[in-house]
Amino acid sequence: MTNYHLDHLDLLETEAIHIMREVAGEFERPVLLFSGGKDSICLLRLAEKAFRPSDIPMPFLNVETGHEFPELIEFRDRRAKQLGAKLIVRTVDQALASGAATQAPGEVSRNKLQIPVLLGAIEEFRFDCAIGGARRDEEKARAKERFFSFRDSFGQWDPKNQRPEIWNLYNGRLNAGENMRVFPLSNWTEMDVWEYIKREKLEVPSIYFSHTRECFRRGGQWLPVPPAHTDATKPDPYAGARPKPTEQRKTMVCRVRTIADMISTGMVESPASSFDDIIAEVAAARVTERGSRADDKASEAAMEDRKKAGYF
Amino acid sequence: MSVVATSSSLSSRPVVPVVDILRFNTCGSVDDGKSTLIGRLLYDSKSLMEDQIEALERSADITGGGQINLANLTDGLRAEREQGITIDVAYRYFATPKRKFIIADTPGHVQYTRNMVTGASTANLSIVLVDARAGVIEQSRRHTAIASLLRIPHLVVAINKMDLVDWSEARFNEIRAQFEEFLPRLDIKDVKFIPLSALNGDNVVEPSKHTPWYAGPTLLAHLETVHIASDHNLSGFRLPVQWVNRPNNPTDARLHDFRGFSGQIAGGIVKVGQKVMTLPGGLTTTVKRIHTHDGDREEAFCPQSVTLLLEHDIDVSRGNMIIGLEDLPGASTDLQAKVCWMHPRVLQPGKKLWLKHTTHSVQAVVTEITHRINVTTLEQEPAPAGLALNDIGEIRLRTSRPLVFDGYATNRLTGSFILIEPGAHATVAAGMLHAPREVVRPEDGDFVI
Ligand SMILES: Nc1nc2c(ncn2[C@@H]2O[C@H](COP(=O)(O)OP(=O)(O)O)[C@@H](O)[C@H]2O)c(=O)[nH]1
Repeated sequence: MTNYHLDHLDLLETEAIHIMREVAGEFERPVLLFSGGKDSICLLRLAEKAFRPSDIPMPFLNVETGHEFPELIEFRDRRAKQLGAKLIVRTVDQALASGAATQAPGEVSRNKLQIPVLLGAIEEFRFDCAIGGARRDEEKARAKERFFSFRDSFGQWDPKNQRPEIWNLYNGRLNAGENMRVFPLSNWTEMDVWEYIKREKLEVPSIYFSHTRECFRRGGQWLPVPPAHTDATKPDPYAGARPKPTEQRKTMVCRVRTIADMISTGMVESPASSFDDIIAEVAAARVTERGSRADDKASEAAMEDRKKAGYF
Repeated sequence: MSVVATSSSLSSRPVVPVVDILRFNTCGSVDDGKSTLIGRLLYDSKSLMEDQIEALERSADITGGGQINLANLTDGLRAEREQGITIDVAYRYFATPKRKFIIADTPGHVQYTRNMVTGASTANLSIVLVDARAGVIEQSRRHTAIASLLRIPHLVVAINKMDLVDWSEARFNEIRAQFEEFLPRLDIKDVKFIPLSALNGDNVVEPSKHTPWYAGPTLLAHLETVHIASDHNLSGFRLPVQWVNRPNNPTDARLHDFRGFSGQIAGGIVKVGQKVMTLPGGLTTTVKRIHTHDGDREEAFCPQSVTLLLEHDIDVSRGNMIIGLEDLPGASTDLQAKVCWMHPRVLQPGKKLWLKHTTHSVQAVVTEITHRINVTTLEQEPAPAGLALNDIGEIRLRTSRPLVFDGYATNRLTGSFILIEPGAHATVAAGMLHAPREVVRPEDGDFVI
């Protein structure tokens, strides 16, 4: 090697590895949030790069809404096993049953209910730091996040009073009960993520690629038709998220661009069946990836409000 | 953020140019047009998506009487939308076929200088906005001075709202002359003046037909082509150890003796077989392997992240530094530095704080506040009352353990530190170290293996 030049992926990678290792060095009980989505898939590769040949020195955590794409769950479990990591799963269902979370009347989405479940898991395991795959280019409020994002003992984010982050010196100091959210992919764009997945030949859940699926039209989006309700002894978890007779249905050749759960992920019509196809699609895209998420459409400040309350 | 050694080494690369990253920040006073300028850069370089444009149009109908407000793109927080001001650093991303860009949009009011320091600390380039009607004001000098103190290599003075001064070349030259008066006192090598109108897009992405007298590039053309010579020092090898990589009960027998020191190279180049010294302690040994998850390397350089395996079993832990035997750093508990104070409580001598330098945290006490720097005149002033929020001053510190460091002018990564207040753990200062008075000497080591 005579050429001391790094390209943008190398630069983003070394920055993220540095952050991962700072977490391992500064915190007692870190955890890595792994959903099986494309961003957290990159986090796992970065964790391998940061810590191998040792074990990745933190467990993985996923909060399930109960409305997940089955493909995602299968992939998540398999990937965690491959890496020899401990995977902790906490669910909105458990939290509803125990009363730790309550659903607002008429509300179908369980997106907000992930907050008390996440905070509950942080308390249960006394995690002092949670690594997440959020990127600043996803959304306006995220654009203001630090790499090390301080949360008070209620898990709240105070955007007006963030610790200044200077050079690559991250302040990880906490008092009891406080914790940190750390975002190694802060500077990555959607394009960087796909280019990295391609370069690293990472496996992703099949729903990122083109497939045929029955969808229905709601709120300007094509939402997947949820799986049939088979267990009559329990209330339908998808009640309210099923197509009404008046809503248009269509069998589409489609894929997901970003994954929330089934009831808030808009499907995009797409023939993309390889990483190159996806990269070409991202390059030509005329809407942001969050444009296909129902949870962000609520209001201009939807994300900011959720983050202040402890969302990741 | 790009690292280029020599132009000759570039010629060996494939035809496809390597896309690198330019980081820049924008500063100026409230209403100089920063948000509009960033909005314009994104809009005209076609980096905006339809739903973002739709959202802009939606808010234009509600609040703007139909006029799209490009500033709404960056003013991300509700409080900002309500107060109409930018209160924190917001990061934006866009790319052209030539480069990827990271923008730190840093706010202009006096009380938010700390955010500007935050946004500027990692920048290759700073854009200082000037309202053509107002000319150079105290804020412009202040921002330029901060860019200089932080050693940002490139500066663009964007003279905005030229439409409001009839595109006057005379006015442009006048403002340029005002700048050039104080620039010689600063450490900025490369300064470019560009006349523009962020609102109308003149000279932002497209050349303006109103400025036939201006022969220079548009702002975007300049950002795409400015040569970002290495911010990273490739001469003195420095590896601040972040984490000791020692597999627990590995199933693979070959890993029983694996003991690696992981970190991001903060300066220089390292090669297998090279002699290195570990500090503190001063023991000298040889690099046995440079491990990465993608396989072993013969050589690695700043800012790569690697894991070093050493010939001898030396006690090294997080916060220690592995260095090359040339271009040696200093090691001392008595430090001199410039600091930007970022906390409402005034800094006075005797204050005890945490100091984080590279991966090393130590206790520190401020022994003296030598003077305050007037960032408008750049003159030194006595500071009997200490340093107040947003003050920049010269201080002396004593630390509980020696720091292994370089002067900030030599190496931004091993020459910088932050101070953390012990109660709520707020980050209260950004510090830039003076060059060491003496460097460590290998023969100082107690025993050389
Ligand atoms: N006439 C004119 N107005 C401008 C120009 N750039 C910005 N403005 C206006 O100046 C005001 C402040 O702009 P804004 O971008 O919010 O300033 P910021 O506080 O620096 O972010 C807004 O009303 C803009 O429309 C320009 O080039 N010409």
